[in-house]
Amino acid sequence: MSEIFDIAFISGLIGATMRMATPIIFATLGEILSERAGVLNLGIEGIMLMGAMTGFLFTFSTGSIWFGVFAAACVGMLLGLLMALLSVNLGLSQHVSGLGITLFATGLAMFIYRLHFGSPTVPPIVEPFKQVTLPVLCKIPLIGPALFTQYSLTYIAWLLVPAMSILLYKTNIGLKIRTVGENPVGADTVGVNVTLTRTLCLVFGGALMGIGGAFLTLAHQNMFLIDVIGGRGWVAIAMVIFGNWDPLKGTIGALIFGFMDGLQLRLQSVGLVIPFHIFLMIPYLLTIVALIGVSRRAAVPAGLLKPYRREEKGG
Amino acid sequence: MANNDQPAVRMSSVTKRFLDVTANKDVSFSLYSGEICALLGENGAGKTTLMNILFGYYTCDEGEIFIRGKKADLSSPKDAISRGVGMIHQHFALVPSQTVLENIIVGAGSGIFLNLKSARRELLGLQERFGLKIDPDTRVWTLSVGEQQKVEILKALYRDVDILIMDEPTAVLAPAETVELFNTLRSLVKEGRSVVFISHKLNEVMDISDRIVVLRSGQVVAERQTAETNARELANLMVGRELLETIEKKELPAAEPVLRIKSLSALNDKKLAALKSVDLIVRQNEILGMAGISGNGQKELSEVLFGIRSPTDGFIQINDKPLKFGSPTASIKSHMGRIPEDRIDTGLLMDLSVEENLILENHSSDDLQHYGLMRSKNIQQFSDDLINRYNIKTAGGDAVTKSLSGGNLQKVMLARELAGEPSLIIASQPTRGLDVGAMEYIHQRLLQERERGAGILLISEDLDEILALSDRIVVLFEGEIMGEAPGATASREQIGLWMSGVKA
Amino acid sequence: MIRFRIIKREPLPGWAKVVIPIAAIVVTLILSAIPILLAGGHLWKSYFYLFHGALGTRYNLLETFVKASPLLLTGLAVAFAFRAKFWNIGAEGQLLAGALTATVFGVHMGSFPAFLVLPTVIIAGFLAGGLWASIPALLKTKLKVDDVVSTLLLNYVMVHIMGALLFGPLQQPGSSWPRSSAIIEAACYPILMARSRFHMGIIISFAAVLIIWFINKKTTFGYRAKAVGTNIRAAHFGGINTTSVILWTALISGGLAGLAGVGELCALQYRLIMDISPGYGYSGIVIAMLGNLHPVGVLFSSLFFSVIIVGAQTMSRMTGVPTYIAEVIQGMALMVMLIFLLFTEYKIRVKRK
Repeated sequence: MSEIFDIAFISGLIGATMRMATPIIFATLGEILSERAGVLNLGIEGIMLMGAMTGFLFTFSTGSIWFGVFAAACVGMLLGLLMALLSVNLGLSQHVSGLGITLFATGLAMFIYRLHFGSPTVPPIVEPFKQVTLPVLCKIPLIGPALFTQYSLTYIAWLLVPAMSILLYKTNIGLKIRTVGENPVGADTVGVNVTLTRTLCLVFGGALMGIGGAFLTLAHQNMFLIDVIGGRGWVAIAMVIFGNWDPLKGTIGALIFGFMDGLQLRLQSVGLVIPFHIFLMIPYLLTIVALIGVSRRAAVPAGLLKPYRREEKGG
Repeated sequence: MANNDQPAVRMSSVTKRFLDVTANKDVSFSLYSGEICALLGENGAGKTTLMNILFGYYTCDEGEIFIRGKKADLSSPKDAISRGVGMIHQHFALVPSQTVLENIIVGAGSGIFLNLKSARRELLGLQERFGLKIDPDTRVWTLSVGEQQKVEILKALYRDVDILIMDEPTAVLAPAETVELFNTLRSLVKEGRSVVFISHKLNEVMDISDRIVVLRSGQVVAERQTAETNARELANLMVGRELLETIEKKELPAAEPVLRIKSLSALNDKKLAALKSVDLIVRQNEILGMAGISGNGQKELSEVLFGIRSPTDGFIQINDKPLKFGSPTASIKSHMGRIPEDRIDTGLLMDLSVEENLILENHSSDDLQHYGLMRSKNIQQFSDDLINRYNIKTAGGDAVTKSLSGGNLQKVMLARELAGEPSLIIASQPTRGLDVGAMEYIHQRLLQERERGAGILLISEDLDEILALSDRIVVLFEGEIMGEAPGATASREQIGLWMSGVKA
Repeated sequence: MIRFRIIKREPLPGWAKVVIPIAAIVVTLILSAIPILLAGGHLWKSYFYLFHGALGTRYNLLETFVKASPLLLTGLAVAFAFRAKFWNIGAEGQLLAGALTATVFGVHMGSFPAFLVLPTVIIAGFLAGGLWASIPALLKTKLKVDDVVSTLLLNYVMVHIMGALLFGPLQQPGSSWPRSSAIIEAACYPILMARSRFHMGIIISFAAVLIIWFINKKTTFGYRAKAVGTNIRAAHFGGINTTSVILWTALISGGLAGLAGVGELCALQYRLIMDISPGYGYSGIVIAMLGNLHPVGVLFSSLFFSVIIVGAQTMSRMTGVPTYIAEVIQGMALMVMLIFLLFTEYKIRVKRK
């Protein structure tokens, strides 16, 4: 038990936290972008799965990991576009459109994978990302080595967090996005193209979700399994609420989830006598508890969930 | 004043249809620079629709629009704004959680990054020029309605709008704020801009406009220079007949109180004080008119009575029995007829049938159900009966409620709430947004209920309505009762002062 | 420049309500040609085996009903919940809760009189699913926690509860796999048609259609649920106890999903395994939407899905098209249906400039 307080343990835990949190950070940022513009994208789980599968497939076929990531992002964009067509252009219920996309994308991912690989006894693998150690920063005592030996995608995630904050709060586009999410009618009457804004947010949000999924098959593991996403898309949805629709706070939530995920693995290896499955449950339970704490003061974008159509009113 | 070579705006033979309603029929409308033109007509006449077309919010089915002589193809507000046309709708297009500055500059910035500094400078410059002083860094939800309207005007000016359309701007203003608004508008047109002033309020239209265009049932019926007409003529043109709402109120003796409110305090949704220790009495056979601009606590007061908001202090008695707070069922059981100000969102189930709406409060009665099973025949009878008695124009009890017109929607509300002959009626903005015919019906109904013995609390922004119907008048300002006056002898001036917060 | 506007249209005549879903299904099947061809399958052969595999022989036909049963129950569960705007995405977890509870009773009631066992198992499974659904309902009504997220997350919690129990107290003695002991004979659903798997649970699910239809249309509860689903503010204003409505809706919805779990356990698997549900809870959502939240619509759409799922097995064997085409078709069916439903209320106006 005392191993828990061992440097190696803590170091490993920090590294694991970052790793486990990365896909969720991508997914959460992607979802924040959509929801800030007023669209709840429940297609996230399916988009991540398609991203995971596409990334794996393209990497397997071309030998290039980054091309796989790029392909995953493209697929995410296409699915984001589909979501936009359904829920923004056609104004269908966001709940149902999103769930439909998750179901469709899940089926499609499995279908294409099966088409390409069949059902071999030994699952195909790819050469995954290798962790990269950042030169100077890794010398920081205690946390340095663990914190700054990560996959490239993780470093990218770190950069995306402030980037998204800047986008939302300090740019003209960000103000437009936020206004569309809070008062689409208001945005429209000021000349902001609500449809275009929402569509672009869904498309780029989808790209981030796709990359998040690809991380799981190209870095975290190096193969594709049907349950590779394991509900992380839904966790991201919860993290958006937890973080009050703010990129930084949502990332903190993702880190906490990653921490619990990483802790659960490590505690097992240390021989803690708690059933494995109870551990697996903990992150999800904690997310629910976090939501309870947060729901009271939630700063929901006021335009969330409302399709926007101009000619509804008569006279 | 008006300048005539070329109209700033010319709308020619504009027609606009929605599903089964023709909102604008072959309308031709011109606007000249340097003038304030009023677009007058009762609710539902098509004024807002017409201007929405000019603003690019709607597209017309037939007709053409010329702005400064050039044909304008407007498919979105963006196009209109780029041509210098701006519109301020009745429900403001602001984001309450954002600051004034953010609200004003959204969509108008150039470059990637927000340049708040230069925007602020420009804004302050505008404020100086037009006397619309508001701190750019306050959040909009903290502002009063009048101040929010100023933000809307600044938004338009920031975008170099010189054709400004205002839709019922004074509906939400206190008399003093209306004066300020009118001064602002006059200074705007002095520099050659034009203003379209949509309204159904005759006195204000006479006061502020240079020219008046009257719409009725989607068509232009008249055009007058303001100086050459009068209120009576305009009223007749608006409604198409001699406006003869004569309200005959019977003298009825003072009776027992039905409603007693003591020391009632409550918070609004922002957790600020909305009601501050209010005392009130309503008696049988009486209409107590509560005048005042929305936003001074009326909504919260009605919500407490309706049972959908819990007060922080005080008590309420109905027919000498204490009212349990926070329970719509308790309010219903206390024989209260409740007419909420937002009939669509709060009062009615728009996607359900008329019948299903009529039974909402009664569906558990022994008459309409039996061990949890609905008795369809009785329900149908109940509903048909109400549809007849209240003259609700509908295809039938199973017509979907949202297909009804505004006036008929309110009749459904009335039928539901008054059928049980309540001893207390709370009517909050009951005629808002309705045409004259519907308004008359509701006024008559309220008077009938008064004669029957009900005590009525009438909350309304429409001072004419209050003055015509009330036996006593009180004014609510910032959660406090400013004063009380007998209906027969109350003076507009006095009430206007109370509405602006001036006591005694 | 071509501009599209979506505007309201005149309401369609009543027969549209029936024709539109059928048209959606036809269009979906036509669109399915794309993945079939991509998979290198021969088009007509694939369609043939799809339908033959589901309906061509007595066994296949009965098997289609077997597969439809859990889909029908989860579809009803979701439709019933969605009607009151309780976004129950947790039917999968509620199904597992039902299966789990049924296992506990089904394995350990050996010393009870036989005629008590099955009813107990069924009721226990129903209640378990209902209670699991009432947790997010409570969170929604009392603490304003979003039901989409909470019901979803609880799915994963239930999966892990099942895992913990199947690797623990419920594990079949002597086995190293996560599986329970077999349930006793008295807890098994009787097979109703010889030489098939057509079981009592199918009748239960059909009965559920009638019961839910009855509740929705004829009871005051059904009326209240409809009102809450339409406009919760107005329902509250009108004196309806919205919290109670949502809680009871959750109970019934979860209970139906739980029954689906009981069925899979007591009619097909006879012991609890991790994979007892291949996502029936999630399919239920699509089925509910496809059926426009109406019990009869759910009935037909669950049959449609079942045909696709069962047929896809045969089609896969005979033409090499992966079985996952079933999921692809399901997803497409949903989107097609949504779009068609949209056009019952709106139309597109095209403007050319």
